[in-house]
Amino acid sequence: MTYIPITPTEREAMLTAIGVSKIEDLFQDVPASYRFPKLNLPAALTEMEVAAELGELAASNETVRELVSFLGAGAYNHYIPAAVDHILRRGEFYTAYTPYQPEISQGTLQAIFEYQSLICALTGMEVANASHYDGATSVAESVNMAYAVFRGKRTKVVISPAVHPQYRATLRTYVQGMGLTLAGDTPETVTSDEVTAAHIEPLIDENTALVIVQYPDFFGRIYDYTALIEAAHAKGVLVCVAANPIALGLLKTPGEMGADIVVGEGQPLGIPLSFGGPYLGFFATRKQYVHKMAGRLVGETVDNRGQRAYVLTLTAREQHIKRERATSNICTNQGLMALASAVYLSLLGKTGLRQVAELCYHKAHYAAEQIIKIPGFAYCFDTPFFHEFAICCPRPVAEINAYLLEHGILGGYDLGRDYPALKDHLLIAVTEMNTKAEIDALVELLAEVRRD
Amino acid sequence: MTDERTPKVVEPTLFELSSPGRVGVTFPEPDVPRAKLPESLLRAELPLPELSEVDVIRHYMRLSRFNYSVDGGFYPLGSCTMKYNPKINEDMARLPGFAFTHPLQPIETVQGNLALMYTLQQWLKEISGFAAVTLQPAAGAHGELTGVLMMRAYHHARGDTKRTKMLIPDSAHGTNPASSGMIGLQIVQIPSDRRGNVDLAALKAACDETVVGLMLTNPNTLGLFDEHIEEVIQIVHDCGGLVYGDGANLNALLGIVRPGDLGFDVMHFNLHKTFSTPHGGGGPGSGPVGAAAHLADFLPSPIVGIVEEGDDETPPLYGFIEPKQSIGRVKAFHGHFGMMVRAFTYIAMHGADGLRAVAENAVLNANYLLARLRHAYHIPYDRICMHEFVAEGKVEGSDVRALDISKRLMDYGFHPPTNYFPLIVHEALMIEPTETESKQTLDAFADALIRIAEEAKTQPELLKSAPHKTPFGRMDEVKAARDLVLCCWLPEEKGS
Amino acid sequence: MNIPSNLMYTKSDEWFDPATGKVGLTDYAQAQLSDIVFVEITVSAGDVVEVGKPIASVESVKAAAESYAPVSGKVIAVNEDLLNAPETLNRDPYGAGWLIQIEGADPSGLMDAAAYEKYCEERTH
Repeated sequence: MTYIPITPTEREAMLTAIGVSKIEDLFQDVPASYRFPKLNLPAALTEMEVAAELGELAASNETVRELVSFLGAGAYNHYIPAAVDHILRRGEFYTAYTPYQPEISQGTLQAIFEYQSLICALTGMEVANASHYDGATSVAESVNMAYAVFRGKRTKVVISPAVHPQYRATLRTYVQGMGLTLAGDTPETVTSDEVTAAHIEPLIDENTALVIVQYPDFFGRIYDYTALIEAAHAKGVLVCVAANPIALGLLKTPGEMGADIVVGEGQPLGIPLSFGGPYLGFFATRKQYVHKMAGRLVGETVDNRGQRAYVLTLTAREQHIKRERATSNICTNQGLMALASAVYLSLLGKTGLRQVAELCYHKAHYAAEQIIKIPGFAYCFDTPFFHEFAICCPRPVAEINAYLLEHGILGGYDLGRDYPALKDHLLIAVTEMNTKAEIDALVELLAEVRRD
Repeated sequence: MTDERTPKVVEPTLFELSSPGRVGVTFPEPDVPRAKLPESLLRAELPLPELSEVDVIRHYMRLSRFNYSVDGGFYPLGSCTMKYNPKINEDMARLPGFAFTHPLQPIETVQGNLALMYTLQQWLKEISGFAAVTLQPAAGAHGELTGVLMMRAYHHARGDTKRTKMLIPDSAHGTNPASSGMIGLQIVQIPSDRRGNVDLAALKAACDETVVGLMLTNPNTLGLFDEHIEEVIQIVHDCGGLVYGDGANLNALLGIVRPGDLGFDVMHFNLHKTFSTPHGGGGPGSGPVGAAAHLADFLPSPIVGIVEEGDDETPPLYGFIEPKQSIGRVKAFHGHFGMMVRAFTYIAMHGADGLRAVAENAVLNANYLLARLRHAYHIPYDRICMHEFVAEGKVEGSDVRALDISKRLMDYGFHPPTNYFPLIVHEALMIEPTETESKQTLDAFADALIRIAEEAKTQPELLKSAPHKTPFGRMDEVKAARDLVLCCWLPEEKGS
Repeated sequence: MNIPSNLMYTKSDEWFDPATGKVGLTDYAQAQLSDIVFVEITVSAGDVVEVGKPIASVESVKAAAESYAPVSGKVIAVNEDLLNAPETLNRDPYGAGWLIQIEGADPSGLMDAAAYEKYCEERTH
């Protein structure tokens, strides 16, 4: 038994100390008829064998390392500096629990405090919590918070159909039972004409608690939401912006636009794609709402030796004290992923993050300009975009992607899956990882698939 | 500049270490023509720190030394199952074939991932006795939310919409009422009886046609297996309610009993407790949910299934399937895949006998510690425990509290037990040793606690001012909550 | 423990002043909660409250509690000053720490100071 250090001799001594004669005696409370089931599991493997077996499973996948990837749609292939994982592999960080004992958890606590600060700096907000599960659940938690701010008296949430389809799906699940109505969750209204602000503003009324938009939106488009936010505020409505953190290296912050809540998927900040998780939901708001915000929060204080130190603070907001009256049930968060993003942001810093954001922007625009030169391919929208864009294609996306895959390219996201009017529309993501040669190869293949 | 009231800075923040112009990583110049930037949409400045890679590494290395961890020592935090996190798990999760796959890749290109997920679902079903499993929920509380939504959906699908109450024992984790509260259910608290079981009379009295179900942690947070578990479940079922199992304490049951066999209808697993995935300083966890056959159709979508049967020559094709009456998604993508790889590794290395040995030794270690400590501390519900037990952190003839005992334990080099939980025990010290600890470690811990009980009588001040040997002392928590400094930097302080 | 004799009390540790209609948390309650860091009054002036319904939510460093209306009636004032100075509830629970003021309420059914003192003593044992 690899990880069990008790020897048979020690076990005998321990059973004697307990006052029973055999291990089975410890399980008398378990109904006898169900006790000790025979589990049908494969025979135990040694570490050597398990490494070989998992090595084989892993090798059977095709990855964004061997393939050239233009797939984004909420998870992005960025370069992760080597130092990030070296820090994550410190047992002092990854084998610690939630820092409930601050005297022996200052490493985690200061790291989270700095993470909160970095998220505030990035989003232009005043307070950030210690994280949620992912982008989708951070959006859902913004609804919980707005619901709590209005004490359940406002019962409508407006969400742009240009918010990630899986975020909207998650939100639909979360609001079951809350007695909230969702407006704007209408993907069928998204056509190649303009939407967003003009489309959702009329939905906002005095019963609306929250408006949710995405920045850049699911189609990669960037809008200045200042006017929309002003219109919402005029009706006393809060606004949540779900932002891409790499884009915030370049673009005006949601804080500057007046947003009340800024959330998002933190995966682009140094977290591997890892088939969808674990990722990082970041959550920032204004100080006035801090008591209604869910999740853990680290604050600065001093210890009894006069040293600056950090503790989990305002914990009475949380489920372990407030129980059913808490804003959320969240307990476990994404602590280690928050650490990854903090290490990433501190390595890149002011210069590096802007550089990555610009690389994404320039490469995406180069790709887009080359693609629309191919007859039959056209921009879907005229709006400025960041590193992802929607292209109208002359053939079904499934056929195009199959052809690309044959040639070692992971194509974009098929927008027809979620937006009926965008059949034959491809969402292409380009990051700093894509070279000009790769983009040119994509363009060439798209031209070929056109001719096929 | 500084006076004696200015706190001493032990480790500067990233922002304090920053020096303008320094960079930690550089990227290549663009190999494409530069596009025109959208001037009106650019941010004015990006107030991130500027550091070298050496600055960053040394900063986090210094911080890491302030942390207590499982790798560093015994961590008997009740209810948290702080078992050793095998190193092979970490290597497996980082295999490039896993780590560099995109969640939206065509299924044909990620059969390795899907086979692993499918197999893990099968194993969890076998271990727990449930008919179906989803791996999507991100943590235990997220699994609870999933489970209570499924219970609600089940009743609604039968046209039974009057059920609005969730029964929750007084020993439950706060997440149970919080999860039910999130979907608008009314909480009815069920007391425990003198032996720490669910009070059957109170349960019967609370059960009627308005009950959605009961959320039950078994073994409960006292570390006790309910002596009437079958009756408890029967009573709830008799009123048409469902029983939710909080799987936080599943480590005690591996190969001992399957919750599905006992009649639980739905349950979450904590891969980060039972199946050795690390706690990460607060997360990420992973909270798969198992469901009995009558609830399987309500699982969140998608789950992994076989979409094309294989034969002798070709393996099956794995893909995503949507349960018929699914409550929907509970997060983006497919769950914490990296945690699934770790849990898969762990289960593969244990097999049926190994898992049973895990539970047996976890229970053995807890009962051994209980036997060693029984004479030094009062045990309010004193019977054979499962993987953990609760002592009272009080010493006859001393006014020290559980908190003081906990802080003093740090001076002896141990992480304290969970304090002040469960709420039904005054000054609770909740101790969960796990199976990965040796007898020497358990003895050293028991010796320390026994010595502390002596100190409580002879030198109570030593406990009240503890810890003394840690890098930091007790914190001013009132100042933290009243002054509320939550950021090294605030936007409006720019330039000041 | 301070239990003024001119006030009436509830089992959920609110006081009611029949002379002024003011409502607050008792000294016992603030001591149990210890350092209070957040108060939210969940009713507004003009609202009609029913006895036993929540009127305020209080959080301390270690605990959280809900306050309930001790009497039914119309709220004529709420103590806005508390929102920025929640520690007033610890410092002056019967004075500056009042929560709301209710008009024309009937205090019958509440405990007097002697009964409340006995009730508190029972709980500390």
